[in-house]
Amino acid sequence: MKPAHESSARPVITAQKRRRNGRSWLGLIGLAIVLFWLAMALLGPSISPYDAGAIVDVDVFSGISRKFWLGTDYLGRDMLSRILFGTRYTIGLALAATLLACSVGTAIALFAALTGGWVDALISRVLDALISIPSKMFALLMVATFGSSVWLLILTAAITYMPGSYRIVRSLAVNIQTMEYVQAARARGEGVLYITCVEMLPNMIGPVLADMGLRFVFVVLLLSGLSFLSLGVQPPDADWGSLVRENISGLGEGATAVIMPALAIAMLTIGVNLLIDNLRGKRARKD
Amino acid sequence: MNGMVGRLILRRLALGVLTLFLVSVGVFFITNLLPGDAAQTALGQAATPETVAALRLQFGLDLPAPLRYAHWLFGLLSGNPGISLVNNSPVAQMIAGRLPASLLLAGVTAAVSVPLALVLGITSAMYRGSWFDRIVNVTAVSLVSVPEFLVATIAVMLFAVKLRWLSALSHTSDIATFGQFVKAYAMPVMTLCCVIVAQMSRMTRAAVIDQLRSSYVEMALLKGVNPTRIVLRHALPNAIGPIANAVALSLSYLLGGVIIVETIFNYPGIATLMIDAVTTRDMPLVQACSMIFCAGYLLLVLAADVLAILSNPRLRNR
Repeated sequence: MKPAHESSARPVITAQKRRRNGRSWLGLIGLAIVLFWLAMALLGPSISPYDAGAIVDVDVFSGISRKFWLGTDYLGRDMLSRILFGTRYTIGLALAATLLACSVGTAIALFAALTGGWVDALISRVLDALISIPSKMFALLMVATFGSSVWLLILTAAITYMPGSYRIVRSLAVNIQTMEYVQAARARGEGVLYITCVEMLPNMIGPVLADMGLRFVFVVLLLSGLSFLSLGVQPPDADWGSLVRENISGLGEGATAVIMPALAIAMLTIGVNLLIDNLRGKRARKD
Repeated sequence: MNGMVGRLILRRLALGVLTLFLVSVGVFFITNLLPGDAAQTALGQAATPETVAALRLQFGLDLPAPLRYAHWLFGLLSGNPGISLVNNSPVAQMIAGRLPASLLLAGVTAAVSVPLALVLGITSAMYRGSWFDRIVNVTAVSLVSVPEFLVATIAVMLFAVKLRWLSALSHTSDIATFGQFVKAYAMPVMTLCCVIVAQMSRMTRAAVIDQLRSSYVEMALLKGVNPTRIVLRHALPNAIGPIANAVALSLSYLLGGVIIVETIFNYPGIATLMIDAVTTRDMPLVQACSMIFCAGYLLLVLAADVLAILSNPRLRNR
């Protein structure tokens, strides 16, 4: 920090302290939201009051009531149950795609960074070119060509967000490679596998996890957007995006069935964002 | 302008053309990955082998892939991207009917969102750390991490259902007065603006704050220049480049938003045309629409880069 700022250091520190407390608070809320939805993804179908497909009310688009906590949908099905059943699709697909994108991205990035030279340059250029197709366009092209299915959605989202993961991990790896402990391991004659797994990966796990969370949010938004266009998860299965779509005719009368699944998505994505922000804050404080 | 800037811009333009070419290869490659055949799809299951063969010949499907690509690219460049498989009308004609509506929507959105985002971004940079800055920041972060259709549905709930100011989901083609225009466009534009303004104001704020941290601003501060003047006269002129860059980049986010917004409001634009084409798997139409979207996107990114080059004072007067 420049000496000019030194004189005003005291009030800044108290303000920062307040910010830190605010931060960890929000982080806890984020963590609670994420854990809640993960639990719902696992337990949802077994604790939901009705079956997802069961028509339980003669009233369609009914509002919030004691019997139907989140109202009913366009066929008179219980919205709460449909959202709980949809959790598995929204979170499961996004989680699978994110894990695939990040693990493949990380593996290629480590390979490129360790090999270096023209291999590194070639891989980087090719993946840069992949980014120049906007993600929604790429997804639409894939769905148009192959038709929509669960596997295609996972694959499409994974391909879309893999280059971003590659970029982050590669830049981290290039920096870490020059560290003394990596060079010491090299000098000791450790193998490539040892160096990547024991020396490099543990030292980049923080940023990689934060990046994964961010990517998870992107994937959730992409897939629910596709489902909203009725090009994602196909009926009778439904994720939260499909739930918004199938009830869109109730929008004009202000049905809760349209807004609730959309709010569920927002709650999840904002929760993940809060959590990552807090993790990042912690790291910044350590440095 | 001098030789250095000119060379850099020319290089960037050439790179843009090359990228567009690669994207066209990508689009053609993806849409041709499936071994299935457009002629068979177009004629359906009941077609005889002879008619399929005849149509294959007509579509040029008997040619090898590189030749078909060259043919397609040439058609695209000469304004004839083929015939729709679904209703047999020229793709160019279908797109020409829808493109102006989408461009109008995007134009109105840009005209509303850019000034709004600049004012929000600059004021929150001026009063950074204040409650105003925090509210703008939290709202922007939430808007970016929320699906576009949530913003749209909340807008409809609020303005059409609760307040009854605007009618929900009706897009009338007979717009005669300015009032009708505002009524028809208010909600789609508002929804798109939410997403764009959030992006743009955050990037603007960052650009201005970046300048406020520099030593010449500190100098002005120590001289006793008042804060408003520091921002408007000292920081802002130097932040114009990054801000213009941010504006162009944010506008490229319009693309994703437009697809959702046109669908939710039943807007007769090119995005709904493409969604219909994807649903019916009308490949020539899908290819042409996606090329238009990609070209628009690349153009905005290109504009962002060129503006960044042009506004870099270190490259000027050399």
